[in-house]
Amino acid sequence: MADLTANFIGIKSPNPFWLASAPPTDKAYNVIRAFEAGWGGVVWKTLGEDGPPVVNVSGPRYDTLYGKDRSVIGLNNIELITDRPLETNLQEIAQVKRDWPDRAIVVSLMVPCEESAWKAILPKVEDTGADGIELNFGCPHGMSERGMGASVGQVPEYVEMVTAWCKHYSRLPVIVKLTPNITDIRHSARAAKRGGADAVSMINTINSIMSVDLNQLAITPTVGGKGTHGGYCGPAVKPIAMHMVADVARDPDCQGLPISAIGGISNWRDATEFMAIGASNVQVCTAAMTYGFKIIDDMVDGLSRFLDSKQMPSLDALVGAAVPSVTDWQYLNLNYVVKAQIDQDLCIKCGRCYIACEDTSHQAITATQVNGERHYEINDKECVGCNLCVSICPVEDCMSLRQLNSEVDTRTGKMVSGEYLNWTQHPNNPMS
Amino acid sequence: MKQVTTPNLLGATDNTPNEGISSVGGHAQFTEMHPPLDARSALVESDRCYFCFDAPCIEACPTGIDVPNFIRMISNHNPAGAAAVILQENIMGGTCARACPVETLCEQSCVRNKEGDKPIQIGLLQRYATDTAMAAGETFFTREPDSGYSIGIIGGGPAGLSCAHRLAMLGHQVVIYESRQKTGGLNEYGLAAYKMLDNFAQREVEYIMAIGNIDIRHGMQLGDNISLSEIQSAHDAVFLALGLGACNMIGLTGENSQGVQDAVDYIRQLRQAEDLSQLPVGSQVVVIGGGMTAIDIASQTRLLGAREVTIAYRRGAENMKASVKEQEFAQTHDVRIMHWAQPVKLLVEQQKVVGVEFKSTDPTANQENFVLQADMVFKAIGQLLEPIDANRNIQFELEAGRLRVDVERRTSQFGIWAGGDCISDGDDLTVSAVQDGKLAAQSIHKFLNGTRD
Ligand SMILES: Cc1cc2nc3c(=O)[nH]c(=O)nc-3n(C[C@H](O)[C@H](O)[C@H](O)COP(=O)(O)OP(=O)(O)OC[C@H]3O[C@@H](n4cnc5c(N)ncnc54)[C@H](O)[C@@H]3O)c2cc1C
Ligand SMILES: Cc1cc2nc3c(=O)[nH]c(=O)nc-3n(C[C@H](O)[C@H](O)[C@H](O)COP(=O)(O)O)c2cc1C
Repeated sequence: MADLTANFIGIKSPNPFWLASAPPTDKAYNVIRAFEAGWGGVVWKTLGEDGPPVVNVSGPRYDTLYGKDRSVIGLNNIELITDRPLETNLQEIAQVKRDWPDRAIVVSLMVPCEESAWKAILPKVEDTGADGIELNFGCPHGMSERGMGASVGQVPEYVEMVTAWCKHYSRLPVIVKLTPNITDIRHSARAAKRGGADAVSMINTINSIMSVDLNQLAITPTVGGKGTHGGYCGPAVKPIAMHMVADVARDPDCQGLPISAIGGISNWRDATEFMAIGASNVQVCTAAMTYGFKIIDDMVDGLSRFLDSKQMPSLDALVGAAVPSVTDWQYLNLNYVVKAQIDQDLCIKCGRCYIACEDTSHQAITATQVNGERHYEINDKECVGCNLCVSICPVEDCMSLRQLNSEVDTRTGKMVSGEYLNWTQHPNNPMS
Repeated sequence: MKQVTTPNLLGATDNTPNEGISSVGGHAQFTEMHPPLDARSALVESDRCYFCFDAPCIEACPTGIDVPNFIRMISNHNPAGAAAVILQENIMGGTCARACPVETLCEQSCVRNKEGDKPIQIGLLQRYATDTAMAAGETFFTREPDSGYSIGIIGGGPAGLSCAHRLAMLGHQVVIYESRQKTGGLNEYGLAAYKMLDNFAQREVEYIMAIGNIDIRHGMQLGDNISLSEIQSAHDAVFLALGLGACNMIGLTGENSQGVQDAVDYIRQLRQAEDLSQLPVGSQVVVIGGGMTAIDIASQTRLLGAREVTIAYRRGAENMKASVKEQEFAQTHDVRIMHWAQPVKLLVEQQKVVGVEFKSTDPTANQENFVLQADMVFKAIGQLLEPIDANRNIQFELEAGRLRVDVERRTSQFGIWAGGDCISDGDDLTVSAVQDGKLAAQSIHKFLNGTRD
């Protein structure tokens, strides 16, 4: 089986699967259990400056977006950074690193945006023997109101400045963890790079209000009658995280800046997708909090089998393999023409494609009766190949798109050449 | 006759399958055939529905319930809305959820079957919605202002009640003439006990009657203490919903001997028994017939402790009116089903039946006659329409021995509608009787408003 050994900015781990900084990495007990289960590394739950630790609410911290079968689609939390004394955490980090030298231990940090605060904590972390630090510029609630977390991450100049302090006062590799609560994540990533970051990790949680309890007419989780926005994570955020990872991976200004991907990774497929789109390793939080550490088995096994099936000897061949497929809309080939098609043998006659197209799209599907049975057919004259019917068809492989080649598109009456023509070259584009 | 009473219903003996029986208040009772879904299972099951366009299940339902819509409401935590959708088309949605042969109706048409998957459990979801709404005391219907018209209905079964309810909604006054002491027809006296637990038939009747303006007169038997012309002159329109009263005869000598019984009569006793252990049950039971009644009586007597129960049907499995699922239900309750067996002789000793002689009707086999020993023989070979007007002053057109009606359920007699088991073309199901009642009510309403086409 393919070798999963990972080397992320000089930090080695037996596999590229780390646990993200969060409750699963809050203390030695959890981390040891994770290592026993087979996790390659952890980013220790974020440490704050020395002194009385922060205080968490004692009411509910989480709320959940469920599927109908109560599967966890999204998780929201209002937890802060570690609420245990700094010294306790540092001692435990040192001990675990000694006992598990082959695993990666990165320490997440969040202290006030003052040089002295960073200068004070960095040597203590280095003394533990940890492999690196991750700067938590992402936490969207509780800490940002105190001038930390997302409130730093949202200002590129601060990101650059703090990163530079860390590089100055510590020899440890620096990973900058980015907040998704911005309009364009590339600005934060570029700032981290300018500050000298060894890598970026993304994403932290997304500002969210999960739901309104319709009995109490109060937002959830409700703490003594009131709630506040939290941070959203879990499977639902994966598409958002993927977009951000891809944006940084293909940004010319960020070339050479490794990415540790986080956000909704639940299994080997998610992890593999993230690596293909440019991440060098991945971090997991919600999936572990949903099922426990044992999910690592599927991740390790699935990824190595995948690499084998693609004849990729190591992770290097995978990382970034899908990046060239990402482009801007204006460069998509406008002469690539597809039409929907229905495999009548697989069709179960639910009529969903028909009603979706009829009510909400292009009226390109007909509903008739053939031999007393419902029958649905694509009308190529109207079909724009939008993929809605294929997307909502409940039967796998029943509907698909067929590419037109050297034939007339009956919708436009034009011959399909397939010859590459993008918007920048298109006659309708006033700028072309 | 050797009567095996069943004092030890609740204790397992070799011959007493007792998983279908439980003790309630010290009385032996049947237990649920298909346990209801709890809220969570209902959510999960409802989420499987594809919400088809122009869904085939709607078409497959004789009452045309908008199945995808009610299922979607369940999945969105709105069981009351779901119940309203169901009851709007089928006021007996509760009974139908329990008694419909869904495997040949809505669930058979489910597109999930085409995927080789299990159909959505529409029946159980319908039950979840209607039970939840009824338990919460939710009602959905109001009466329109009084029309001043009055309609006489004969028979308080599914057809009669459905018609009455719809007419009341439309603002009319209704009188139901019912020969028995309880309302509900075969819901109360006929459906298998394990489908209708906890006095459901009566609870549903109350729920339906709560609309008001429905006056039910028990003990009024058409052709006995009241005549059709009396009813006609007292009302502006008449709906006949008297089901099938008489029982078909096998046509063999000895049909009146002890131990030979009409299945429907016996089920009626069974349904009314307070304590099932007091009911006489044979030791070797032979049921003649191949429909739902045959399945029901066989399964119920077996559950009640009969040692051997055999259904003898004169044709093959595929010809049986009982669905494959129902046949399987009986078989898993240790009932033997014998096909191609036609009774030719009842064996009687001292006026008591002791067995039945059969000849084989199997066209592929050449078998000799054989005898099944029996101390109880049930006739479950269908029922007949009783004469409606004994004096024959009012003559109805019949078809296959039942009343002929048009699509609006009008009989050949002006001002008289009919529906349920007493009409021809019916499929002898509760759900169809409900639909007949609904259609007749709509037609009567149109007629009374003078917009008759
Ligand atoms: C044993 C058995 C089991 C069945 N199981 C099922 C099942 O599981 N699922 C299913 O869908 N269907 C089942 N059926 C069929 C279903 O019960 C009937 O199709 C349905 O009840 C017909 O309704 P109805 O209103 O036409 O007649 P009924 O339910 O028979 O009601 C007729 C009413 O009219 C009254 N009446 C009769 N004569 C007179 C008179 N002369 N004067 C005044 N009142 C009168 C009766 O007392 C009765 O209340 C079963 C039938 C039987 C016999
Ligand atoms: C309860 C909880 C606490 C978290 N605490 C931290 C934290 O202290 N520091 C941090 O950098 N990220 C924290 N996170 C964010 C996670 O590390 C991760 O970025 C995010 O959950 C997205 O990954 P996921 O979709 O796999 O959960 C926390 C997340 C959760 C759910």
